[in-house]
Amino acid sequence: MNEANKTEMMMGADILVNALVAEGVEHVFGYPGGVVLHIYDAIFKQDKLQHILVRHEQAAVHAADGYARSTGKPGVALVTSGPGATNTITGIATAYMDSAPVVIITGQVATALIGNDAFQEVDAVGISRPCVKHNFLVKDVNDLAITIKKAFHIATTGRPGPVLVDIPKDVTILKAPFEYPDTIEMRSYKPVVMGHPGQIRRAVDMMLSAKRPVIYTGGGAMRGNGPKALTEFTQLLGYPITQTLMGLGSYPATDPLFIGMLGMHGTYEANMAMHECDMLIAIGARFDDRITGDLEKFCPYAKIVHVDIDPASISKNVPVDIPIVGAVDQVLPDMISMIKESEQRPDSDALAAWWGQIDTWRTTNCLEYDRKSKLIKPQFVLEKLYELTQGEAYVTSDVGQHQMFTAQFYKFTRPYQWITSGGLGTMGFGLPAAMGVQFAHPNDTVACITGDASIQMCIQELSTCKQFDLPIKIICLNNGYLGMVRQWQELFYDKRYSHTYVEALPDFVKLADSYGHVGMCIEKPSDVEGALKESLAMKDRLVFMNFITDQEENVYPMVAAGKGHNEMLLSPERELA
Amino acid sequence: MRHTISVLLENEAGALSRVSGLFSARGYNIESLTVAPTEDSSMSRMTIVTRGPDEVIEQITKQLNKLVEVVKLLDLTEGAHIERELIMVKVSVPTANQREEIKRLVDIFRGRIIDVNDANYTIEMTGTGDKLDAFIKGIDPPLIVEVVRSGSLGIARGSKSLRL
Repeated sequence: MNEANKTEMMMGADILVNALVAEGVEHVFGYPGGVVLHIYDAIFKQDKLQHILVRHEQAAVHAADGYARSTGKPGVALVTSGPGATNTITGIATAYMDSAPVVIITGQVATALIGNDAFQEVDAVGISRPCVKHNFLVKDVNDLAITIKKAFHIATTGRPGPVLVDIPKDVTILKAPFEYPDTIEMRSYKPVVMGHPGQIRRAVDMMLSAKRPVIYTGGGAMRGNGPKALTEFTQLLGYPITQTLMGLGSYPATDPLFIGMLGMHGTYEANMAMHECDMLIAIGARFDDRITGDLEKFCPYAKIVHVDIDPASISKNVPVDIPIVGAVDQVLPDMISMIKESEQRPDSDALAAWWGQIDTWRTTNCLEYDRKSKLIKPQFVLEKLYELTQGEAYVTSDVGQHQMFTAQFYKFTRPYQWITSGGLGTMGFGLPAAMGVQFAHPNDTVACITGDASIQMCIQELSTCKQFDLPIKIICLNNGYLGMVRQWQELFYDKRYSHTYVEALPDFVKLADSYGHVGMCIEKPSDVEGALKESLAMKDRLVFMNFITDQEENVYPMVAAGKGHNEMLLSPERELA
Repeated sequence: MRHTISVLLENEAGALSRVSGLFSARGYNIESLTVAPTEDSSMSRMTIVTRGPDEVIEQITKQLNKLVEVVKLLDLTEGAHIERELIMVKVSVPTANQREEIKRLVDIFRGRIIDVNDANYTIEMTGTGDKLDAFIKGIDPPLIVEVVRSGSLGIARGSKSLRL
């Protein structure tokens, strides 16, 4: 932006568009309506931003979220007031739970009408308050540009998260001088990024004297140089590393130091290592209940170091011995230097014995399944997908069994490669998130792993995919059940399958066809590889692969509610291997 | 344990509801909450009295600090501090005897009668919550017409302060 333009008088709608462009935004996912007409008019008149018309506002936020999670850059959604705003809430809560940087612009009725129960009026700031990192109502057009600046600043720094900006219609019409600051200072918002050197030194001393250490990392290690630093840190120490659902990809799952995901459906070796470790190095993770199992039984022998950018995540669920507040990509390089400078080395005898123990646990083959089955096993589909994409695809998922199988069987090696709703567990996330990912990475394979129930929660987005020629590969593991709920009912409710059988499923092949896509139905294990190959070869088409899978396959291992890491249920088929 | 937390926050619409929403969403107790702008009108100062075990109080201060509009906070309970609350009580005093008795009680507690009519006294008093409780207990309950309390205000003793 040149100097002359800096003080140009502009309508609020143009200020918004110019501010988004100044933030480097290229894609806005949205849906128009009455109070955002001026904004849409401003979008119509320019060519720097591409607007992607979704079919439901929830999908706009998921798509922006998918874009954000697959790039590390903020995603943007734009919707109208009232129902437009309320429809975004699931998307916003999803982004909030997984700390995704998303900026949501909601239209609002004109300032004079606010509070009058006007047509399509809802208190968007009030209704979103519990599930945003922050939000704003812009009442004066002179505050618009600075508010957008703040929104992006807050969304992308510290622990990232969604920020909503509510803009009344009159604010989009009135004019103000447009000046967009390069940087912003907020006295009330200054996230700590550098770790305390004294704490880091204590942590390093403690880690180096460990006999049975485990590194446990989450989504917080994904950003910036976090993955690079994490890889160096782990390999320097030679300690086993396990990751949460949100952490997968920030350390290569193909590396021998990686012992798999941990938690409710983590590997036997990861969970046993958690239970037996004497030193837990938690990095950018938040000790979620799906990770810890019963808190009373969590890591009974361990000293705990916890690095996190959010002080409120430290000692929230599990008290820790050495807390370090800071950004993972700032703290880990400091730790690496101190380890290198230290005269102490990890205890190689103890470490060898510890790895011996872990390798024994590994022989449990906890992820083994019945490979001779005449039915398609969901695990088999994911193994084949991993092979045929050489582990390179961007993968999104919905929520349930298919999500856990993907986490277990697709070995992620890059950050931002795996996009899933972990914290909120939002069914319907996968397809719209895949749209955002495909826009961010137009030449890459994007696979959406889903189930017959989840896919129907945002199925209307097949229309968006058609409009924008998004060649997403939808892999629907169709077991005719709400698989994960059915699994719990089988194990804990004596197989009383209350409302988990999805009767009257659509013919997904015809459905895909009616939206203008390619549909396939795969019913035999011998057809799995061929179908995947065929669809992956269709670079310019969306393919909906409906895999008819074993109806009663379960996800193992499983740490049931109220159990400890060492009390896993294991697959009955494990012995068949 | 009871904690008194002082918070400096941006004097912006919605800031108060962010704080109160945080307490209700996370199931924290609020015993009292007072807020008003400071000498710098861009900031408000809030005093929150809450109760909970140490780990809950730690979470409360961390979660408050995490709110974008919170500039700074101080758990006054960690050091020597002063707390005061303002109370206004309207009592019915139909007889001369009762008027005398109430006046004596007000004097003992160093309060002031700030409004009078033929049937009522209105009393103003400041002090700690305990003292105000004791005063109210000293009044014959049927005589109490209404009680309004400000909630606690707190400030650290000595040179310690909560400021920008």
